[in-house]
Amino acid sequence: MENIFLLTIVVVIYLLAISFLGYHGYRQTKNALDYLVAGRSIHPFVMALSYGATFISTSAIVGFGGVAAMMGMGVLWLTFLNIFVGIIIAFIVFGKRTRKMGHSLDAHTFPELIGKRFNSCFIQGFAGIVIFLFMPLYAAAVSIGAARFIEATFPSYIDFNVALLIYTLIICGYVLAGGLKGVMYTDALQGSIMFVGMVVLLVFTYVKLGGIVPAHHALAQMASQVPEALSAKGHLGWTHMPVLGSGLWWTLVSTIVMGVGIGVLTQPQLSVRFMTVKSNKELNRAVAVGGVFILAMTGIAFVVGALSNVYFFNNPAFGKISLQVAGGNVDKIIPMYINSAMPVWFVYLFMVTLLSAAMSTSSSQMHAIGTGIGRDFFEKAILKSKHSQHTILITRLGILLGVVITTILSFKLPMNIIAVATAIFFGLCANTFLPMYIGALFWKGMTRAGAVTSMLTGFFGTAFWLLFIHEKESAAIGLCNMIFQKPTLVKFPWTVVDPIVAILPISFVVAIVVSLFTKKMPKEHLAVCFKHIEF
Amino acid sequence: MFGIDDPQVWLAYVLCIVSALCAVCYGVVNWNKGDEPI
Repeated sequence: MENIFLLTIVVVIYLLAISFLGYHGYRQTKNALDYLVAGRSIHPFVMALSYGATFISTSAIVGFGGVAAMMGMGVLWLTFLNIFVGIIIAFIVFGKRTRKMGHSLDAHTFPELIGKRFNSCFIQGFAGIVIFLFMPLYAAAVSIGAARFIEATFPSYIDFNVALLIYTLIICGYVLAGGLKGVMYTDALQGSIMFVGMVVLLVFTYVKLGGIVPAHHALAQMASQVPEALSAKGHLGWTHMPVLGSGLWWTLVSTIVMGVGIGVLTQPQLSVRFMTVKSNKELNRAVAVGGVFILAMTGIAFVVGALSNVYFFNNPAFGKISLQVAGGNVDKIIPMYINSAMPVWFVYLFMVTLLSAAMSTSSSQMHAIGTGIGRDFFEKAILKSKHSQHTILITRLGILLGVVITTILSFKLPMNIIAVATAIFFGLCANTFLPMYIGALFWKGMTRAGAVTSMLTGFFGTAFWLLFIHEKESAAIGLCNMIFQKPTLVKFPWTVVDPIVAILPISFVVAIVVSLFTKKMPKEHLAVCFKHIEF
Repeated sequence: MFGIDDPQVWLAYVLCIVSALCAVCYGVVNWNKGDEPI
């Protein structure tokens, strides 16, 4: 299976192309505007692929693909939300206003947009520090996904630790040098590679399993193979939704589908993309590219993940379902499926596909972490700097700090963590930022006090829920057990309900009620905020 | 339908494809529409 010479050629060509685009971004970065929002002049095709490639990482392909192998095709509801909310609603409803308000307020990051809309350094600084402290959890999940695949492909040459370090150093290089221009140019190439790799994977899988309907039919016939432990939680088979109201149903619907499906709206590394284009025409064009791209990414990953059960079960060398073949670690299912079911040339193509998926997301995460701690927290909230001559330097230092924290986390996180860590970060962002973000764009009556209290309610409410209610995290963290001598304060089903179900509505109510009873924003300020926006 | 026995699952399968097609249609119809740069 291993052919070091062939792999070396493939990877060297890929890295040379990435290096060239990173250098091209570096050459075109003349000032902080270029470094932070790519000069607001990015081509719609590059913007759409960059958004999609940043959105879709190894977390979606390896982590959630593995979850689909365990839970089945019900995960496709997340793909629907990824396209409907993550592309159609995000670009058409949120993107256009974000772009216009970002230009009007001269904002260069997501926290800066919200902070300037409510005239609050605290909001900008707090949002920046939340991104800096918690995005490394998501970034580590993405890095682990890439390193796991490299390790699975070359077990006798590269171990997990070496793969992780090399991967981190490469990304660090072109993000530090090229800023957002370097990131977006490389994203576009990586997105194109991802699209080709995933389409080929789908075709190969369906051909191998006898066609679309026979493959699905074979998967439906395997319902009796569901392990006892999963049946007890409500699993009815891989072409069925879990039992309504069961533990597995709540995990699938509230954490996987809603947490990630809604949380995408407030991902800072995605929202900033809307501020990189010069007019709404680019956003309209990007919708078409983005919709097809996301379908080809998560749709294919989830279908192939579920169908991997048919391949493993019908293959005499395995004779077991995917979860059992992977030894219970869902993060290993997709890498193992690719390595055992696909021809060697495709394994290498898919390794570059996964490297592209991981690097395009990691680079944007590093950029967002760097701007979060550098520009939003340190430069604007602490120094309250009016000038931007040190922005690039401060952001680069922030990126370096973020890389160190992410790398340490990547070594420390337990197995089965990729999808969980991603869902936690997406849910945290939704609960903390979404009511404030919607109010900023659509409601002139939203006040600074309403925004601040909503943000704090969302953040601390999520923290409380994860520490004391949601059993998967509260039991692992152990604080609840230390104080109350039990892993969670509540009983089923609340122990498996994601924070987004409980905290997001509370955060919305707080935003509305506080705004109705507190001092309105000055009319002159609102006129500046909404000067290009029609109601 | 499509070899998938649970209507909730094949509905998700169909909605994924339909929503992607809607995105393409929106992009094509509005290809040259959009405001002036700021």
